[in-house]
Amino acid sequence: MIVGLPPLALLLQTRLLTLAPVDLAIIVLYFVAVLGIGLYLRRFTKTGEDFFLAGREMTAWVAGLSFLAANLGSLELMGWAAAAYQYGILATHWYWIGAIPAMLFLGIVMMPFYYISKTHSVPGYLKLRFGEPSRVLSAVTFGFMTVLMSGINMYSMALVMKVVLGWDINVSIWISSITVAVYVVLGGLLSAIFNEVLQFVLIWLGAILISILGLIEVGGWSGMVARIKTNFPGADYTHLWSTLGHFSDNPMGIHWTGIVLGLGWVISFGYWTTDFLVVQRVLAAKDLRSAKMAPIIGASFKMLVPFIVILPGLLGLALLPEHLVGEGQAVASGGHSYNEVLPLMMARYCGAGLLGLGITALIAGFMSGMAGNVSAFATVWTYDIYRALIRKQATDAHYVSVGRWCTIVGVLVSIGTAYLVMQFLSIMDYVQALFSFFIAPLFGTVVLGMLWKRATSAGGFWGLLAGTVSSIGMWAWVKLDPSALRIIALSPDAKDMAENMYRALWSWIICVTVTVAVSYATKPKSDLELAGLVYGATELPSEGDLPIYKRPIFWAGVITVVFIILNIIFW
Amino acid sequence: MHAPRNMVSIWFFIGVLLLSYGVLITASGLYELASPPAHPVVMADLHTPIWWGLLLLAIGGFYSLRFSPYKRK
Repeated sequence: MIVGLPPLALLLQTRLLTLAPVDLAIIVLYFVAVLGIGLYLRRFTKTGEDFFLAGREMTAWVAGLSFLAANLGSLELMGWAAAAYQYGILATHWYWIGAIPAMLFLGIVMMPFYYISKTHSVPGYLKLRFGEPSRVLSAVTFGFMTVLMSGINMYSMALVMKVVLGWDINVSIWISSITVAVYVVLGGLLSAIFNEVLQFVLIWLGAILISILGLIEVGGWSGMVARIKTNFPGADYTHLWSTLGHFSDNPMGIHWTGIVLGLGWVISFGYWTTDFLVVQRVLAAKDLRSAKMAPIIGASFKMLVPFIVILPGLLGLALLPEHLVGEGQAVASGGHSYNEVLPLMMARYCGAGLLGLGITALIAGFMSGMAGNVSAFATVWTYDIYRALIRKQATDAHYVSVGRWCTIVGVLVSIGTAYLVMQFLSIMDYVQALFSFFIAPLFGTVVLGMLWKRATSAGGFWGLLAGTVSSIGMWAWVKLDPSALRIIALSPDAKDMAENMYRALWSWIICVTVTVAVSYATKPKSDLELAGLVYGATELPSEGDLPIYKRPIFWAGVITVVFIILNIIFW
Repeated sequence: MHAPRNMVSIWFFIGVLLLSYGVLITASGLYELASPPAHPVVMADLHTPIWWGLLLLAIGGFYSLRFSPYKRK
């Protein structure tokens, strides 16, 4: 899930940080490493299975870390640190209830069907379960939106580099995207995954220092809470749930039902279980147990991400001498905006050398997100559009070649989008909204497909279409008539995020309702046709022979307990 | 990690990169210790680059050796 960085104020700022030669050496070494890995892995990427699914040879750890890294983009780091400064610890919901249950559900419930069906992609699963129309609808929307999102991220990252370091936007866009294109073209998903694991390590080692040093300076958690209360009297920035009783009681303008049902159920489950960008990493696992463990390993690290993303924002509330403000105010006053909290904290603690590591963490985050986008785009385009609609019978080598060209085209379209956004900034808001239109209904379609034998091909297609169209309709309704917010989001006090939560929830309900209604009116497939695709028609391998500590369900239970404890501690 | 088809492990690449970073950051910290900058960062007295650089050196060294392709042969 991506949070936007409104760029207007950023453009007007002077640069925040200056790099020393040792910092530049660290950044250059990083580029040499990722390109070297891509070059090395080229020799291992010969077949379609190698290029698009990394040979299905990844261990649970590598697939799990890559699964998480593909989501941990630089905008994620910068944007959620900013959200933490603005909304306080409420932003943590996007990492805990907005991710952990869905990741565990993917590992334990859904992964067996993705993996046993041997699909190459999520649209590929829809083809097997619901037929060609559902596949084409989801493949086209996914492919289109993925490269657009990649372009928006690219532009935002280049803008951050301009503001933070004074780098030219064009140079940032071209160097970073050419690097990603080279290593993904050379080694396909294998190269993307290897680099994502490397990037994951660098993100942690580069970002966690800010939290460690911040906590030392402020005197631990209790010292931080006390300072925040002094700096912002009357506001509650450090409780997760206790302020969610009413829309107007918290800075996010959201009610707990929106967080639990909209975020925790529909948006989170939609993203983590059906967005092929992340699911592709798990499909590369070497066996079913690894595929089930990968999201569970990812969930354990996801629970810790607030310590490198949310905590710096909270520390900013406690420690920064000036109060950061919204974009509009920052432009008017010449001050700093929320979006700059992470670079400001970096400048506070990181001297020569450590600054290079921190900036490398941001670049690594950007690249892992972009590589995830282009490798998923190349797979969906090649398998679910090109092979399905354009050239059905060709050699494996031909499809690998198409995948490589798709990677280049995907990067070029992303670059084009970045320049388009540069000219028309409002596009960013529209595209981010568009992306959210498809996630919730797709989850409705996939989860019914996996868990309900009675769901038919027509039901799946019409449910997906109805959910998507209704989501777009609700968004347009609020745009044209802002008073509709009290109907869509149940309150006129609701903010943008709350609107997104409820819109997702309604579109999911519409998708499920239409799917169920149409399915009862049409003829279902036989159990034989549904074997390997649906619960109740698939023989799932038993894990009874494994010791308990090797069973995915055991570790999912451990993560669940820790998740509950964390929510109680920060209630 | 499991190294398919005699592939060098990703952890080896990570180890080598962290080792290099450890050398650079520790050296940078030692240089700052000998010649403090005019505008030090907050909590510069902790000499973070030295201990963080040494930590990277230790992690990088461990992974470089543990997953070295030469060791396997």
